[in-house]
Amino acid sequence: MYNEQEHPRKAFGWAARDSSGVLSPFSFSRRETGEKDVTFKVLYCGICHSDLHMVKNEWGFSTYPLVPGHEIVGEVTEVGSNVQKFKVGDKVGVGCIVGACRSCDSCTDHLENYCPKQILTYSAKYYDGTTTYGGYSDIMVADEHFVLRIPDNLPLDCAAPLLCAGITTYSPLRYFGLDKPGMHVGVVGLGGLGHVAVKFAKAMGVKVTVISTSPNKKEEAVKHLGADSFLVSRDQDKMQAAIGTMDGIIDTVSAQHPLLPLIGLLKSHGKLVMVGAPEKPLELPVFPLLMGRKMVAGSGIGGMKETQEMIDFAAKHNITADIEVIPIDYLNTAMERLAKADVRYRFVIDIGNTLKASS
Amino acid sequence: MAKSPEEEHPQKVFGWAARDSSGSLSLFHFSRRENADGDVTIKVLYCGVCHSDLHSVKNDWGFTNYPIVPGHEIVGVVTKTGKSVTKFKEGDRVGVGVMVGSCNTCETCQQDLENYCPKVIFTYNSLNHDKTKTYGGYSDMIVVDHRFVLRFPDNLPPDSGAPLLCAGITVYSPMKYYGMTEPGKHLGVAGLGGLGHIAVKIGKAFGLKVTVISTSPAKEDEAINRLGADSFVVSTDPAQLKAAMGTMDYIIDTVSAVHALAPLIGLLKLNGKLVTVGLPNKPLELPIFPLVLGRKLVGGSDVGGIKETQEMLDFCAKHNITSEIELIKMDYINTAMERLAKSDVRYRFVIDVGNSLSQ
Repeated sequence: MYNEQEHPRKAFGWAARDSSGVLSPFSFSRRETGEKDVTFKVLYCGICHSDLHMVKNEWGFSTYPLVPGHEIVGEVTEVGSNVQKFKVGDKVGVGCIVGACRSCDSCTDHLENYCPKQILTYSAKYYDGTTTYGGYSDIMVADEHFVLRIPDNLPLDCAAPLLCAGITTYSPLRYFGLDKPGMHVGVVGLGGLGHVAVKFAKAMGVKVTVISTSPNKKEEAVKHLGADSFLVSRDQDKMQAAIGTMDGIIDTVSAQHPLLPLIGLLKSHGKLVMVGAPEKPLELPVFPLLMGRKMVAGSGIGGMKETQEMIDFAAKHNITADIEVIPIDYLNTAMERLAKADVRYRFVIDIGNTLKASS
Repeated sequence: MAKSPEEEHPQKVFGWAARDSSGSLSLFHFSRRENADGDVTIKVLYCGVCHSDLHSVKNDWGFTNYPIVPGHEIVGVVTKTGKSVTKFKEGDRVGVGVMVGSCNTCETCQQDLENYCPKVIFTYNSLNHDKTKTYGGYSDMIVVDHRFVLRFPDNLPPDSGAPLLCAGITVYSPMKYYGMTEPGKHLGVAGLGGLGHIAVKIGKAFGLKVTVISTSPAKEDEAINRLGADSFVVSTDPAQLKAAMGTMDYIIDTVSAVHALAPLIGLLKLNGKLVTVGLPNKPLELPIFPLVLGRKLVGGSDVGGIKETQEMLDFCAKHNITSEIELIKMDYINTAMERLAKSDVRYRFVIDVGNSLSQ
């Protein structure tokens, strides 16, 4: 009952109650629209692998009950008195963060995602001390600074995953300079992040090789996503032949896996960028790093300005995610399938049509 | 039948070599090629004892080809030049570092990065273009292609300047490449040995704030009062590590033993760069989460090209940067190696080859 009375406005969603990760209907509440807030009816929400990690408390900081969802799109229903950028009826989105300190160096540099006081869209504490709840719910209220505009030509359902998967792969391509036409970039793992990385890199004029453990993904990668080539990472001969051919690699794999073969694929001065987050440390072979002056770096989502830039870039190049739209009551099955990587390549919940208070 | 080391080439020379992985060195007679048109013959005056020499004589890295004459921090005097050599003349003081040849035609060589050429020829334990072995500077003279000879600045003492030829360029090159030269920024130097102490001096010359990170509290006084470091963190002291978290723009990691990267990565600020220049003989553990959350990177770097090595020597001459050395006689080398294995040297042994190497 407490959750329903915390705030003045009734809200409804699906939450996990414990680390079994099983989700079920959950009544709670959201704040009134403050002067800088945007309230919107949620139409779609992407299921990010992070949602699965979080409902099962795999990273150790989940707070229950937990309403996941940080790839949220919808339509504005109300704006606060001081809101400049949005009006009722606008198509908008919210990604992984809904707050930050707004005054540190990171925030000033439009890198709110690196602010030490950033507030995650779910399972975090908002400025008023209340818990944040994510997009597996009927409405969202967010500070306009953390709301993105979705251009008209992007279909909302397959644009939703851009809000996390999109920015997570776009940001390092730009920051590490792996976006120059003619470069050769590898993408490890062809899932939610990987398939979007391929599309962005191709749109930037980069040659793309997908590196995967699954040979049966080759046709999709090449014919459907536009990758230039495909490497099965267990095929020693093909991996050997590809040694020293890539300017950079975007590694989206969050399971434990060996870095040595990937470092070998890099040209001298090449960059391996980790955007998947394996829980335990990986082995770093130092010799090959030194002998080729190579580097291993990490990158996590992106700031608000860059996220909007990414959405506009996607709109310009007609880049959306490949999705499977599901009704809300399919959610637990979707999570089980996601754990087995059985999805091409993102589930998106049709919130607008299937999440009802009575369900 | 393969010729013996003494018969391989026309010029008889001698030095000290290790014959097996005990690493014990003793007098060794061998031969060097005639001075060809593009060659410079150098009488060796001094040779630094690099930790790589120790790794190599003991076959720690698994690729030593015995007998091995180490030594790649060589300073000497030109005794002969080939017809097509214009940059050097008899009597010039010169240096030779870790490489004596490369393919000279690939893109990497064209970019003055001979050290990253796939066909690089190291000063010892490598194969010349004619497939004979290369022998290093623990010897009376050496014949080197003029393109791999450095001009040794007059105002640099030849004994304490010798270690710059490996230790110096090893830390200078990544500091330039990874942009660690902005005055006022904060550099951490992990490990205060042959590489580390020169990194401190060069870092201060770039106008950086320098903190030494070490397991030995006893080194603090030297680090600050003699080498000019601004501060000192004992890496085995959790409280000191915690206080220094997120304060460094860059770290040069000179430690060649297997060690934990996680605490060093924690010392970096957002977008911080950890460059490893030491060569542990096993992989290190790399935690991925902190890289992703802080957009940090771990890079490698391996010496530098000839052009940059010359630039480094001239920079050190301008700023009066030399190594802190203990000058030894040739026959002390085995004791020196034992002491080096225990890090019992401040901070580089240099062999007085000119005055103590005899048949």
